[in-house]
Amino acid sequence: MDFISTHLLTLILFIPTAAALLMLFLPKDRVNLLRWWAFIASLIPFALTLLLWGKFVPAQSGFQFTEQAAWYGVLNASYHVGVDGISLTMVLLTTLLMPLAILTSFNIKERVKPYMILFLLLETGMLGVFMALDLLLFFVFWEVGLVPMYFLIAQWGGANRNYASLKFMLYTIGGSLGLLLAIQLIGVVVGSFDLLVLFDKWPQVTAISLPLGLSVATVKAIAFWAFVIAFAIKVPVWPFHTWLPDAHTEAPTAGSMILAGVLLKLGAYGFLRLVLPLYPVEAKTFAGALAFLAVAAIIFGALAAWGQTDFKRLVAYSSINHMGFVVLGIAAAALAGNTPDAVIAVNGAVLQMFNHGLSAAGMFFLVGVIYDRAHTRDLNDFGGIWTRMPVYGSLLLFTAMASLGLPGLNGFVSEFLVIRGSWPILDLATALGMIGLFFTGAYILKALKLVLHGPLNERWAKLNEISTREILVITPLAVLMLGIGVWPAWILNVINRAVQMWF
Amino acid sequence: MSAQFDPSMYLAILPEIGLIVLAAITLVLDLVWQDRRCRYLGWITAGGLAVIAGLAVAFARPGPDPLLIFGGMLRLDDTGFVFRLIFLFGATITALFAVDNEGLCNKGEFYTLLLVSTLGMSLMASSADLIMLFLAIETTSIPLYVLAGFIIRDQNSVEAGIKYLLFGAMTSAISLYGFSLLYGFCGTTQIYAMGEIFANGQISPVLIGMSILLVVVGFAFKISGVPFHFWAPDVYQGAPTPVAGYLSTASKAAGFAVLMRVLLAVFPGQTDVWILLVAIMATASMFLGNLLALAQKNIKRMLAYSSIAQAGYILIGVASGTELGISGSVYYLLGYLFTNLVAFGVVNVIEDAVESSEIKAFSGLSRRNPMLALLMLAALLSLGGIPPFAGFFGKLLVFGSAIESGQVWLAIVGIINSMIALYYYLTVLRVIYQGEGGAPYWVSPSWQVALVIGLVGILVLGVVFAPFFGWSQQAAQSLSLFN
Amino acid sequence: MQFPILSVLIFLPLITGIVLLFMPAERKTLIKSISLGTASLILLLSAIVFFSYNVAAGGYQFIEKAAWVPALGISYYVGVDGIAAPMVLLAGLVMFTGVLVSWGVDDRPREFFAFMMFLGSSVLGVFGALDLFMLFFFFELAVFPKYLMIVLWGSPKTRNYSGMKLTLYLFVGSMISLVGALAIYFGSGLRTFDMIALESAGFSLVFQRLWFPFVFLGFGILSGIFPFYSWAPDGHVAAPTAISMLLAGVEMKVGAFAALRVAFMLLPDGARYWSTAILVLATINVVYGAFIALIQTDFKYVIGFSSVSHMGLVLIGFATMNRQGLIGAGLQMFSHGVMTALFFSVVGMVYDRAHTREIAQLGGLFRKMPVAAFGFIVGGLVSMGMPGFSGFIAEFPIFMGVWQAAPVVAVIAILGVIITAAYILLVVRRVFFGELPEGLSNIGDVTIKDKISTVLLAAIMIAVGIFPSLMAPMISSGVDHILALFGGA
Repeated sequence: MDFISTHLLTLILFIPTAAALLMLFLPKDRVNLLRWWAFIASLIPFALTLLLWGKFVPAQSGFQFTEQAAWYGVLNASYHVGVDGISLTMVLLTTLLMPLAILTSFNIKERVKPYMILFLLLETGMLGVFMALDLLLFFVFWEVGLVPMYFLIAQWGGANRNYASLKFMLYTIGGSLGLLLAIQLIGVVVGSFDLLVLFDKWPQVTAISLPLGLSVATVKAIAFWAFVIAFAIKVPVWPFHTWLPDAHTEAPTAGSMILAGVLLKLGAYGFLRLVLPLYPVEAKTFAGALAFLAVAAIIFGALAAWGQTDFKRLVAYSSINHMGFVVLGIAAAALAGNTPDAVIAVNGAVLQMFNHGLSAAGMFFLVGVIYDRAHTRDLNDFGGIWTRMPVYGSLLLFTAMASLGLPGLNGFVSEFLVIRGSWPILDLATALGMIGLFFTGAYILKALKLVLHGPLNERWAKLNEISTREILVITPLAVLMLGIGVWPAWILNVINRAVQMWF
Repeated sequence: MSAQFDPSMYLAILPEIGLIVLAAITLVLDLVWQDRRCRYLGWITAGGLAVIAGLAVAFARPGPDPLLIFGGMLRLDDTGFVFRLIFLFGATITALFAVDNEGLCNKGEFYTLLLVSTLGMSLMASSADLIMLFLAIETTSIPLYVLAGFIIRDQNSVEAGIKYLLFGAMTSAISLYGFSLLYGFCGTTQIYAMGEIFANGQISPVLIGMSILLVVVGFAFKISGVPFHFWAPDVYQGAPTPVAGYLSTASKAAGFAVLMRVLLAVFPGQTDVWILLVAIMATASMFLGNLLALAQKNIKRMLAYSSIAQAGYILIGVASGTELGISGSVYYLLGYLFTNLVAFGVVNVIEDAVESSEIKAFSGLSRRNPMLALLMLAALLSLGGIPPFAGFFGKLLVFGSAIESGQVWLAIVGIINSMIALYYYLTVLRVIYQGEGGAPYWVSPSWQVALVIGLVGILVLGVVFAPFFGWSQQAAQSLSLFN
Repeated sequence: MQFPILSVLIFLPLITGIVLLFMPAERKTLIKSISLGTASLILLLSAIVFFSYNVAAGGYQFIEKAAWVPALGISYYVGVDGIAAPMVLLAGLVMFTGVLVSWGVDDRPREFFAFMMFLGSSVLGVFGALDLFMLFFFFELAVFPKYLMIVLWGSPKTRNYSGMKLTLYLFVGSMISLVGALAIYFGSGLRTFDMIALESAGFSLVFQRLWFPFVFLGFGILSGIFPFYSWAPDGHVAAPTAISMLLAGVEMKVGAFAALRVAFMLLPDGARYWSTAILVLATINVVYGAFIALIQTDFKYVIGFSSVSHMGLVLIGFATMNRQGLIGAGLQMFSHGVMTALFFSVVGMVYDRAHTREIAQLGGLFRKMPVAAFGFIVGGLVSMGMPGFSGFIAEFPIFMGVWQAAPVVAVIAILGVIITAAYILLVVRRVFFGELPEGLSNIGDVTIKDKISTVLLAAIMIAVGIFPSLMAPMISSGVDHILALFGGA
């Protein structure tokens, strides 16, 4: 027990990898064994995360459960992990969504073994980003997660998967190049990659003894944008979003759930964990631009979603729209620094990340459910499904409402906090964002109408109701959506303390 | 310089005496053994040569200081010693190749002539007097003219002999004219006395330059340096293969021995003149030899052009005029002896089997006789200067000497040429290793022995450098006092 | 008297090769078994060298010295430092896997394996050499095995041309270096080829600037520096699988290693003077090589050009002349060696079964040969510099070094990474995924030996990628010494 409690993060991080490696030795035709193995392997980190949540002390400042071990000593990089309230929330989101995504994937019939292995490796990659307290380690996990995702899309994706997966990969790697260069630069200048050291030293750097031929301010501004672009692509912020609809649409259902549920959060998390603490001055300078991008994402994301006829594409664009609020909150914090309003905005942003994780995963899942049955996602082909699938219909309605921001459900809480926090800081942007919110309502209602209501298309007369397994997937999500909507304090408490400490 | 009787003087020429005795024995045995000579005479010659080599090592070793003997006719020094061994080895291997070679072994004179020319070479390397030198050169050359044209039924062979004779006679004449000029200037035929007289500086440099030129012509013919190389391809191709091998190694080494001795002993003060001359000859030989070798389809002609180019590399060492350079040239010659003899030996085997020395005839050799292929590999790569074969160290030394003496351009010319040369060596190697196989070719026991000796020589010289480099160094030191 | 492990490593393959040449040609299995036994032993010994190298002590270890040509200051002098020890391991690995994947060679296996052993001896000799003469001796020992193996067992269409091209390029390179090395020998006034002694010879600035280009360029050609790289893709493509592995995997490292050992370490001031030029050329390598790889239609050419691109990073690392850059370059040498060996071995496995290397005619092979495909993908990820694999561990410090030397190079060279990602992903997809062409429907899986080789190489890249401390501190200890030379000269 002692080992478990002192190495909790490491265990959470690497149990999926260990399970994936052991899985190599399982026979590849025992499909059910493989599925259950993966499912259980993903439940263990979830259980440990609950333990972690229980042991976590919100009032304590700094990172908790830290572990440090020698790793790349030559470069002064170490295996240094730890969590604060923000990352803990993200870890919870990840470990929660993983079993659900794997449960969803029980319908995968081809090459189950590599599929499950990739999924488990993906989990380690994502968790690593949230836990890393070393910049190099952060980058390692940041990139490592791409590989399984690439193969998941390329191998188990839809018709246009080749194009989508390559675009996803190249976009993200290309976006990371600047980040990579900036990390190298920081490493060279500071001589360490430890985030705690960097938080302390990098903002204070006033002279860079490199043959750059540029002023320190310019160098830092360039490095700032290198970080921002890498994270903005991942979030994604308009105009770096074009990979997302393709990737989400082509990915298998569980892949989309994870993509939207967790992977996008990596970008936003990068903003919070790295950009704001490392570049307080630059962040303040460029906060306006960031806010502009956020608002553009909100509005264009919503408009684009409204224009879609493909259900999955619509949900994909909705992610751009929702994540825009996260970035808006971050922009507010960047501009205002440690003010109460900014704290509220960041609280909202973090909670929005969590909430979007729930609702986007739920939406993609439900799209997957209908696609499995109808083999189409064209909204114009649907109609009147409610009469055939009432349970499914109500679940879709519920999730869509959460996504739309209906008071009483989780989306409302976080979007409200973001807007409340941002308004005094960035009034114009927030006002424009509110208009975006209006369009959010429009596209969600459009989708609901086209799918659930209206006359029943005779083609769908024989559709089966949602299965027990599928209900099992959506239930935890729905419970949490309602839970946070009604009583957000349990999670906000954890987030708020961390945010207050940081900003 | 004592004219008195001294037994050590006769010990010093013990090998030469041995050669005369052996030559006489072969003549007699030729008469006695009408039917067996083909089988045994070669072995006896080779065995006798080996014994003589043993005698040379045991009794005819020079002391630490060079000694002029027989009224200054000969000089007992390390140069003569080392070169004598080169000639003896070359003759031994050549004699072994002649066994079972139908054209050669049926006539006992072959061995006699071979031994007499070896005797001449041996004296060439030790001569310290122009008269002695000229006599030695002719003693060497005349048997070789006969040997080149030895197979009188074969037109090519006869043509080779005559061509060689004409070229040789002409260059000898020019050389002799140069000798007479030297005598005219100095009033002595003593090589080592001339150096001092020239050093006094009373003779016009133009005349000295001219005499250098004339003297060098004769030696350039022997070493087949450009522009006195024209005989080589035709003679090598036409002459019996073992003779070609002998011409390209021992005879060339003899030429180098006198070239180095005369240049260093007679003209130590005119280095700037002859270094330039030799460097130009080296460059021309390398380029011409290698470029023409590229185009050859007959392996003997290719080896002939290659041997012109090899002379060029060796001349680099001479052109440096330093101790290292001369040692390098000597080492190079030592390695080259084994290398080229093996190459010609393999050609001999193929020629015996398929009556052709076209490169095409080697196709698939590695499938027929893998060992012969390996031997050819060793020989060709050694010629190309690739370790672990002898040629590598020789090249390294001569290039090094060029750099040491500040003639980097010469080393670079050498490198460019090494590349060109490697191209055609590797092409032959490819032919040997590609292609369809067949029944193995017959390799007579004496050839096997000769080839194995050659291979061991190539490898030992290519791996264990120190003792042989020591010899080369001593040979170089005893030629002249380098300062 | 300690066990002469380096000498055994160097001469074991040589002796095995000679023994093989005298074996009866028809005992093919025995010949292969002996080769495999020797290769296993080499791998074992090289691993012992690697793991028993004392990182804390640093410096040259496992030293053996014997007189060779005392008159010229030539000695048989071997020892490894923190840079050479991983190279020895690399050579052992590639020899072992090379023998494994060559089990199918049926045409004159005796000569094939004997020549391969000679090649192994050559590279191990260079990595172990502390004597300049010895270095050249072993360096050039590789000439004929390389040439003959390409023209005998290579792909029939191009082997004659490519084999000759490769051999001549490399020979000229080594000869140019030799001129430089001889100049070092004479210029030092020490009359010794002992590299450790020459390190402190204190050459004048003018001398160093004059001779550095000779030494560097000669070896640089062997490591594929622009614009003298074209032998590499041609030669590697024409060569039989095991030789492609050895050539690209180890021989190119031999060039880079020798460039470091002789050019940089003996002439540090010259290196400093010319480092900008090297940076420029090597950057062209990285970016241009990647672009050319992108447009290849032949599977093997993609890998051939990728080597050109990756070796550029090694040279960039050298040219930074600082700690991070050199550490990265050392790691990259190892990483790229293992990676490209893996690549070429998989290409060979595919070609042996599909009988084509045209990417357009391949596809869907993952289902037929999953292990090979897995290996190739791992290699691809290494090649892309994906974190978690050895490529990242190597490239990251190189770029850190570049930031200190020439930041603009970092920005340009990083383009190579994204282009690499593009061509690797495209090749992986087109060859291993998608539709299986009609003609390939009944090809078989790779053999168990192929699998062992693939998994071994892949596992090493992952292990080094996850645990950089397996290798980085050792290389760092070697770099300490080099930096002292740079600083002290």
